[in-house]
Order: sequence, then structure tokens, then C-alpha cells
Amino acid sequence: MAHNTHEIPSTEERFEFTSESKSKLLIAAALGVVLVALGAFLLNKGWSIGVWESHGAGHGAAAGHEGGHAAAAAHGGGEHHGATLINRIIANIWMNSVYFLGISVVGMFFIAYNYVAKAGWPVTMKRVSEAFPSFIIVPGIILIILFAIPSTRHMIFHWTHHGIMEKGSENYDKIIATKSWYLNMPFFTIRLLAYVGVWYYLWTLIRKYSIAEEQEGGVEYYYKSRNVSKIFLLFFAVTSSTSAWDLSMSIDTHWFSTMFGWYHLASWHVAGLAAIMYAVLILKDKGYLRAVNESHLHDLGKLIFGFSIFWTYVWFAQYLLIFYANLPEETIYFRERFTGHDGRYWWPFHINFVLNFFFPFLILMARDSKRRPTFLKLGCGSILVGHWFDFYQMHMPGIAKDQGGIGIIEWGTTLTFASLFIYFVGTQLSKANLYPKKHPFLEESLHHDI
Amino acid sequence: MADNKYLVGVFDDEDEVLHAVGEVRHSGVKIHEVYTPFAIHGLDRALGYDRPRMGIAAFLFGITGTCCVLLLTFWTMGIDWPINVGGKNFFPWPTNVPILFEGTVLLASFGMSFTFFVLEGMGPTAKPIIFDVRSTDDKFVMAIDLSKNKLSEAEITDILKDSGASEVNVKEV
Repeated sequence: MAHNTHEIPSTEERFEFTSESKSKLLIAAALGVVLVALGAFLLNKGWSIGVWESHGAGHGAAAGHEGGHAAAAAHGGGEHHGATLINRIIANIWMNSVYFLGISVVGMFFIAYNYVAKAGWPVTMKRVSEAFPSFIIVPGIILIILFAIPSTRHMIFHWTHHGIMEKGSENYDKIIATKSWYLNMPFFTIRLLAYVGVWYYLWTLIRKYSIAEEQEGGVEYYYKSRNVSKIFLLFFAVTSSTSAWDLSMSIDTHWFSTMFGWYHLASWHVAGLAAIMYAVLILKDKGYLRAVNESHLHDLGKLIFGFSIFWTYVWFAQYLLIFYANLPEETIYFRERFTGHDGRYWWPFHINFVLNFFFPFLILMARDSKRRPTFLKLGCGSILVGHWFDFYQMHMPGIAKDQGGIGIIEWGTTLTFASLFIYFVGTQLSKANLYPKKHPFLEESLHHDI
Repeated sequence: MADNKYLVGVFDDEDEVLHAVGEVRHSGVKIHEVYTPFAIHGLDRALGYDRPRMGIAAFLFGITGTCCVLLLTFWTMGIDWPINVGGKNFFPWPTNVPILFEGTVLLASFGMSFTFFVLEGMGPTAKPIIFDVRSTDDKFVMAIDLSKNKLSEAEITDILKDSGASEVNVKEV
């Protein structure tokens, strides 16, 4: 009779974010910046420690890589087309911003679809995912700043080059010019501000209602949160795709894929779920979240397992269609990743399959492994690292070009972002009880048993 | 007929039947089966059932499907009738992924369904024993095979009543 007599732990739990761990995280964030500077310094001296790094900087001829870019690059003139070390650092910041923006917003996505589905089981973990979107503001502002500064904007987005959409200009590119109705400065700026602003604002509403619910109780805030969730899902349904085009796909301006929005969202989603799982497991290791039992982990593990396969499906389907059709303007994207830039992006591209599908598939397939923290940590860790590589191979070939690599600069940037992310999440967690005490479905979640 | 005699306990509530299963088994009575209008979480564990091994069947059927389809595509595309499609290899691996997946899923699901039907004795000619028709509506029914229990009919009836059965009937099959 163990099934319905398991002990229900107290729902009074308060996360203590000690000043010691705060300072450790800030030191780690600063260390990341130092590492980036150190890596850049070493590479500038010609010393390479990482893998796939180029020896000797900036042989401009390589920038005129295959296909459509060649013409534009050759006509570059005063424009900065040859990639340098700065490109690599900017690419890193951009890539990590997009990656962590996704993980943050998925915290909101998770809450929203659970509200709309009237799901009771994830309520014990709600406060964890609720803490994630507080970080939207950091990568969001970094993205806006990088886009606002002309030199970094030109580094990231080929389509922002002067005269590229003006007929008669020596930079004129007909293919890019036809996209000017969508890829233009005012519209792009509005979109970028809207993503960050609306996602963050809707989260503040959900958060406000969640805190108010704890004070006052009742179902009023439940219904309010559900309405906000509906609005968020409607908005996110469109913006998850458009943000994918804007933040990632428009880097390779000539190329497009109709599956890219889903692919990007799938990558964000599974990475976000893995991050939620990891946060829950770490909190459990520290003695918190005792009401999160094996069944909760099992259900979240199923979602991660399922969406890891979903990501693989979209990732492969996109590849397969392009492989079948064999149109030069489409295959160029994979050509660049397989053999372009001395083949330096071959490994980051292919490691995707192993870390994001093969390994988690084997690890998380069995029922028991989805109930054991050790296996979950292995599987989710693999997914988190794997999707970092996914965003790496989306952004690097277009921005860093022949300067890409995996080295101190990459570790440093990621360390800074990850530490700041944990800092923000920890701060939010410590602000409220670890369970939404008066959530109408809390009781159901406490007894969750499968 | 009438070679088997069953005691049928009828319960009004899913929590009651879940608790009763534990109590009845604790007093040494072997339960034939419990019939409920909907699935009850934890009932299989309370009844002491083993974890279903359908996954093993699914894997075996699935891997059979993969192998069969791989053989088919390899034979037709690679050996028997190679066709030049857009200058690609005669047997390119990406084109095989969807059909391999489909074949695996098809055989796994069909295999699982048939395994289930065979193991549960279900089929077009099967005659299921209906212990109480209300188990498809709003009652929760626990059937106990008297021939497989040492306790007497009266004793088991008492145990069922004590554990919350609203009525206890006798069914001869």
C-alpha cells in the first residue's frame, strides 16, 4: 500500500541564496570575461589552445567562401567582410545570448502551456520554471545593443550592409533586396524590442499573480494567469518562428528554410526543459523540493525524451528535404558546415546528433532511468551541451567564418552567461516560497503518482 | 457450465476499491481481477502485478521491422534495380531514414496489438465473463475465484464487507 500513503512533505520551503554563492557566481561571471580576454590575447599572439582554431589571423581570401556571398565579399571595398578575432567574440556573445534567451523564455512557455492544458502535476516545479524568464532581460538587452551598434550589426547581419538593397549600388544584391520588406532596420528593431519586451512583460504578470495568489488564495489569480498564458501562447506561436528567422536564420541571408522556425523552437524547448530538470535536481540535492517525487521527474523526463526526438525529427527533416531537392541555393547551408572554412564546422554540426539524440535516447529510454537523478543528469547534461553546439553551428559559420573554433573564448563567454543565469534564477527563487502554496492544483501535484 | 464459482464485491468509489484491494490481499485472499469503468492509478501495483513486459515485445517487433525494411530498400535500390536519382548514390542513407522509421513503428505497433490480443485471450470469438454490468458504468467490481482460495465463501464475504464493499454477489460461470 505504498502507493497512496507516501508522506507528503511540508510545502513551506524557502530557498536561501547565500551571499557566498552569490559572490562565487559573480566571480565566475567575471572570470568568464577574463578568459575571453585571455583567449583573444593568446590567439592574437598566434597561440592556439582550443580545437578547430585557425593559426594566424585574418587571411581575407577565405571570407569569399562558396556561393552567393562570394560576389558580395569580392565587392566589399570599405566594408568589413574578412572575419577577424572580433567576429568570433561577437559571434560568441550573440550565440550565447540566443541560447540563454531561449532557455529563459521556455520557463515561461512551460508554465503557459501547463496553465492552458489545466495540468496539475507540474505545480510543485512551477516556481523553478517561473524563475527562468527573469533572465530574458539580460540576453535581450545584449541582443538589442549588438544590433544597435553599426559595426557589430554588420558583423552579424550581412543584410545590414550599406547599399545592399539599393539598385545601382556596388553592394547591390538582388536576392537580399527582395527580402527588404521583412529585413529592414525599422521593422527588425520593432520585432527585436517586441520579443524581449512582451515576453518579459507577460512573465512579470504571471509572476505578480503567482505572488498575489500566495497572499490571498482563491481561484481568481489562477484564471488571470491562464488568460495571460493564452495571450503568451498566441504571441509565442508567431514570435517563436519570427525570432528564429531574425536571430539565427537571417545571418545566412541568402538561405532560407521553411522548417527553421520549428527547428529553432524545438532546440530552445528541449534545452529549456533540460535546464528546468537540472535546476530541480540541483535543488533536490541541496535538500529543497522534497515534494518533487519520482513521478514528477518521470513525467518531466518523458517530455524531455519526447522533445529530444522531436528536435531530431525536425533537424533531420530539414536536412532530408534539402538533400532530396539538391538545389544549390539550399545545399549551400550544409556545404558551408561540412566542408566550408577548412571543414572546421564539421564536428560541431555532427556532434549534434550524438549529444542531442543518440545519447539522451539511450539514456532516457527506460522507465527507471527517468526516475533516477543520476541518469537524468547525464541525459539532460548531454542535451544542454548538445544544444549549445546546435546554436554554435547555426551562428558561427555566418559570423565568425574562418575564425571559428572551440577554445578559451567559448568557455569564457558561456561561463559568464551561465553564471549570470544561475544568479538571476537563484535571486528569483529566494524571493518566494519554493511551492506556490495556494495554487488550486498544488494538492493534486503533491499526490502525483504514476 | 457452473464449474467455477466467483464472489463479486461491488464498490462505489475508486479510493475504496484501491484500499480494499490491499486489505483483501493482506487477509490472504487471492483476487481474480478488478474491473473498473476507468483506469485507476496504482491499482496494478496494489494488485501486485509485475511490470508489463510489452516493451520487450515492442523492441523485438520493432527491430524486426527495421531489418526487413532495410533488406527491402537495400535489395531494390542497391542491387536489383538501381536508379540514378539526381546523381545521388544508389543507396544514400538519408533517404532510408523515413521508411526505416515507418517500418519499425508499423511492425512494433501491430506486433504489440496482436501480442496483447493473444495474451489476453481477446478476439472475435472470445466470450468475456461479465461479473457485473455496472462495472462499465459507475461501479468498481472485484472478482474472487473461490476454487483458488482456501477460505470459505462466508469468510471472504465478511472480508469484502469489512473492506467497504456495498454488496457481495455470487456468480457462477
